[in-house]
Amino acid sequence: MSNGKGMPLSNKIYMALGFFFLYAPIVSLVIYSFNESRLVTVWGGFSLKWYQALFNDSALLASASLSFKIAFLSATLAVVLGTIAGLVLARFGRFRGLSLFAGMTTAPMVMPEVIVGLSMLLLFVALQSALGCGEESAGLLARIGCWAFGERGMVTIWIGHTTLCMAYVSVLVQSRLKEIDQSLEDAAMDLGCPPFKMFFVITVPVISQALVAGWMLSFTLSLDDYVLTAFLSGPGSTTMPQWIFSSIRLGLTPEINALATIVIAMVTVFVVVSNRLMLSAQAKRDKAMQMAVAGKAG
Amino acid sequence: MMAKLRARFLPKGRTMVIGIPYLWLLFFFMLPFFFVLKISFAQPDIAQPPYQPLVKHEDNKLTVQLDTTKYKTLSDEIDGFIEKPWAQAKEESQYVVAYWNALKLAFFTTLFTLLIGYPIAYNIARADEASRNTLLMLVMIPFWTSFLLRVYAWIGILKDNGVLNNILMAMGVIHEPVQMLYTPFSVLLGMVYNYLPFMILPLYAHLVKLDGRLFEAAADLGAKPWTIFFSITLPLSKAGMIAGSMMVFIPAVGEYVIPALLGGGEVVFIGNKLMDDFGANLDWPQASAVAVIMLLLLLAPIVWFHRFEMKQREAEQ
Amino acid sequence: MVTVEAKQGNLALKDQNYLEIKGITKKFGDFYAVDDVDLVIPKNEIFALLGSSGSGKSTLLRILAGMETATEGSILLDGENILDLPPYRRPTNMMFQSYALFPHMTVEDNVAFGLKQDKVPKGEIAERVGKLLDLVQMRKLARRKPHQLSGGQQQRVALARSLAKRPKLLLLDEPLGALDKKLRMETQLELVNVIETVGVTCIMVTHDQEEAMTMASRIAIMSEGKLKQVGTPREIYEFPNCRFTAEFIGTTNTFEGKMVVDEVDHCVIESAELPRGIYVGHGITGPRGMTVWYTIRPEDVTLSYTRPTGEHNWSEGRVQEIAYLGSHSVYHVKLPSGRLIIASVPSSHWAGQKPATWGDDIIVQLSNTEGVVLTS
Repeated sequence: MSNGKGMPLSNKIYMALGFFFLYAPIVSLVIYSFNESRLVTVWGGFSLKWYQALFNDSALLASASLSFKIAFLSATLAVVLGTIAGLVLARFGRFRGLSLFAGMTTAPMVMPEVIVGLSMLLLFVALQSALGCGEESAGLLARIGCWAFGERGMVTIWIGHTTLCMAYVSVLVQSRLKEIDQSLEDAAMDLGCPPFKMFFVITVPVISQALVAGWMLSFTLSLDDYVLTAFLSGPGSTTMPQWIFSSIRLGLTPEINALATIVIAMVTVFVVVSNRLMLSAQAKRDKAMQMAVAGKAG
Repeated sequence: MMAKLRARFLPKGRTMVIGIPYLWLLFFFMLPFFFVLKISFAQPDIAQPPYQPLVKHEDNKLTVQLDTTKYKTLSDEIDGFIEKPWAQAKEESQYVVAYWNALKLAFFTTLFTLLIGYPIAYNIARADEASRNTLLMLVMIPFWTSFLLRVYAWIGILKDNGVLNNILMAMGVIHEPVQMLYTPFSVLLGMVYNYLPFMILPLYAHLVKLDGRLFEAAADLGAKPWTIFFSITLPLSKAGMIAGSMMVFIPAVGEYVIPALLGGGEVVFIGNKLMDDFGANLDWPQASAVAVIMLLLLLAPIVWFHRFEMKQREAEQ
Repeated sequence: MVTVEAKQGNLALKDQNYLEIKGITKKFGDFYAVDDVDLVIPKNEIFALLGSSGSGKSTLLRILAGMETATEGSILLDGENILDLPPYRRPTNMMFQSYALFPHMTVEDNVAFGLKQDKVPKGEIAERVGKLLDLVQMRKLARRKPHQLSGGQQQRVALARSLAKRPKLLLLDEPLGALDKKLRMETQLELVNVIETVGVTCIMVTHDQEEAMTMASRIAIMSEGKLKQVGTPREIYEFPNCRFTAEFIGTTNTFEGKMVVDEVDHCVIESAELPRGIYVGHGITGPRGMTVWYTIRPEDVTLSYTRPTGEHNWSEGRVQEIAYLGSHSVYHVKLPSGRLIIASVPSSHWAGQKPATWGDDIIVQLSNTEGVVLTS
């Protein structure tokens, strides 16, 4: 849709305002993370003391460690499930139940989290009683189930986050699959490669950046999630967002600014890397291929 | 046309492949909704879990107990609005007012994110390749940054001795801090801020697919810029606007965090009510009933959005 | 036009029927993409499916490759019914229009891919890949990745890759569609060279007549899923069997008329568009008064200033348009009936005389022997 002409000044001003609005809070966090004074209003000089306090706060570190673990697990499982879902939606044509499947895949992205959270919790609770957790008579399978879902904790949060994140991954994978040349898969089969092998040897490498981008997106979503986690977590498992939320509620420490700055830095790196992957490198190669095929480079 | 007719060779065993995510979603996403429905008919209890079972097996008799008390509270409130004077009913109502507030908030959030976000998405879509990438990245960074932290930042900016007030006082515009935090304004601001990327990204995805040559052709035929916008660009971006609006409206109805942190509790939204019932009052059946009603309210937009997405699928194939 | 004639020689019977396509039909709901196609193709023939988009040629090719299933019919390749086999087990290989080179593999790995699937020993793979790369002159670029190659180079790799497994049937999908005109002509002959050197039965799909006529020994013209005519390039050009084929290949002038004289050795057709009857030097089966179409190619229509003496096959006319193409000129001449006739006249024809120009009154003459009478 680009008209190659460049933006008129009024548009540029609007965009600048828009981005100012988006970034003002973020910038303020970063600035105040280095503020010696506790008060937002007074600049007390440059200081790293809030960063120090951060690293001394064991409750925060514990919750951060848990959040990172869960984020890692969720991102990984979400990429696996989301890729399969994206593959099905992009390549498998029509089948009975397609409409329901398509709906279920995108719904977690759109549904209010309080509903998803409450409903998943009730499922786990029902599972608990069905498996007879806490009772002596439970069989082996039930014991395993109870160990996994018996209490709200890491596993339940992991399942919740995965369900949410796989929706996003499937969108990314679908859009990448639609972009690539479908003949690649036909060519592989034509040359004797059976379909499942073909998926791993040809399709996955070609869509790989969608997978990496999906992983990173899922990681950040999981790291940041509050509502879903609030329902699915138990007494022993406090995640970082939960720590942040209660800190804010209690009106306590500006450590949060320091934490925010670290998160912002990390996210910026992620986004830049992911962007280079999704939009630049492969797109450049795709473009080079297209132009070569059109004979222009020949 | 040939592309549409393509019936590709599909390997056996595809059912198994479809099955993996299908079963996961059916079990962990769809099935839970039935539990919500079921528990909404239960009685709260001081127990683990905090409700009484619906199906009792005693003395070789199977009794199913469906308790509609939780729905009654809601329908009673509605009756209240019919029977009593408006102001009084509003005073006494908890849920109806909360639903209404949530719908209003979601509506205005959608409206403002659309108004603010459309020009941004449009400009990014019309930019040249290099700028586009950078601009998209700039939109995505806030989106990926913890939204709790960003909401926290707004507290620091909007509070009585916060950044904004201090700047305004320093400039002499005001002499006393203006209450900006813990008002409906701060809630709406927080919502728009949080949901803006959810509007911009789908809008952008649709806008960028438009063929720029359409606009050139229109200009060539003598149409002025505003005419081009209203008669060509806007109608063609309908799909994007709908996608973005649904991605904002539907989740915004159940929003909990932003009203909780920026709202101050004066205005009650249904997301908060649900959390209160669930967490504070441990009245899970009530929370479930609230969720069921919320789902019903959202059913129309959800179904509409789904049909719309399926139509888009057909069109692309 | 250079045509490559089929080198049939003496083929054993089973090789004459190397590929038998019987009654292949492909339906999408009520729509017939391919409608009851029968073809027999001998071993090592280069055969072209020619048609415009939507004609069914690509669908038929994909059915041969296994990318589409057929609704009805059978396909025997060297005696084996390949419709039972999934695409990765068929002894067919395809060269795709977009080349479909695996972007994350080198040229070498791309060509070797098919052999790896068959678990061919490494040494043998290296040897065979090397020979193929030599054949298409890509040995020096063996380590490059596809996006580092030009379009022509990618095409050569795609060809090598599709020949690596020594398939019984090679399928080419619009092989030269992506190249510009000049490159196309060189590549056409190169391609045929490689295919004949290796010695493989080949079916190509194209919408470009020149490509089909240049490269293939026999052509099938397809329209709306059906075969219209099958034959050598000469047969199709000089003896089209219906108006569709006549008008599809090259340009032609077609006149509708009634047969008024029908003898064993000649017949005469009267048409409202020509002032005098058309004399055809052979007989036609059919009743007198039957509606027929007479078609004659522009190169068999001559222009002259002198009135001929015979009573058939000529008309007065006025020159409407001229396209001067160097070696010859194409004239559009308006006949008394208002109809335009196209004549292709070599520049040497006007030796001595002034060439006819716009607005001139001229005599149009139809060859007595070259026209074709069509009944459909």
